[in-house]
Amino acid sequence: MGLSLNHFLVLGAVLFCIGLYGALAKRNAVAVLMGIEIMLNAVNITMVGFSFYNRVPTYATYLTGQIFAIFIITVAAAEAAVALAMIIAIYRKRSTVDVGEIDIMKW
Amino acid sequence: MDLVTVIFWIIAVILVGAALLVVTQRNIVHSALSLVIVFAMAAGIYLLLNAEFIAIVQILIYAGAVTILILFALMLTRTSNIQLNSNPNNKQWWLAVIVSAFVGAIIVYAAAVSPHAVAAVSDGSGQLPAGISNVVRIGQLLYSPTTYSYVLPFEIASLVLLVAIVGAIVIGRED
Repeated sequence: MGLSLNHFLVLGAVLFCIGLYGALAKRNAVAVLMGIEIMLNAVNITMVGFSFYNRVPTYATYLTGQIFAIFIITVAAAEAAVALAMIIAIYRKRSTVDVGEIDIMKW
Repeated sequence: MDLVTVIFWIIAVILVGAALLVVTQRNIVHSALSLVIVFAMAAGIYLLLNAEFIAIVQILIYAGAVTILILFALMLTRTSNIQLNSNPNNKQWWLAVIVSAFVGAIIVYAAAVSPHAVAAVSDGSGQLPAGISNVVRIGQLLYSPTTYSYVLPFEIASLVLLVAIVGAIVIGRED
């Protein structure tokens, strides 16, 4: 049996769940960020998979899924840079990176 | 099973295993190093899907830049050895297990029952005009100002990156 689109969709789903667990359950803010990066990668795999299996004439040549994945990578890199700057700024002020203790905006 | 399927399963198993290592290890530096394996294996998946340009970009940006950024952040926020031995999960970790399993079940169910507008099986043909490689095609789609292209989103993405650079410097500055 060969590969089908569902292989890549299920792989993306499993990876997304692992990243979601990491983002929800971790105490260290950097570990939360790692979970988010895994989730973004899972979405990218799904996007590129859809692009590969798209056989619609003319539209398949626009490679929309791959272009979308490139923009996701761009935004993810910007997000990682800003988030890590925020984590370092918070650490400098409060000497902790535990997301449970950073509750100054909690009502 | 043909060769492509075997390679897919090898990469998929390593990918999921490394991702599980990222979220389960107690030492966060080891998690960051496992993240490199996750990114490299994702690049392998992109190569299987005929997306050479994204595979290279994945290696350069994720396995190179983002991982180094994360390791630097870990180095700068090192509190003490107490943190190494403390529980890395918060009190609601079982809730996180339930939520992520639920979300995963929904995604797999939706992918299984929904009719796909795209072909279920493909050899990747019919995507690129004859004689044009993946990298050339993406270059045409991103930069060409005359034909169908993504020039405007590309320029907006450069603005996003500029704002992110200035923002990261302003937020992270000591004063």
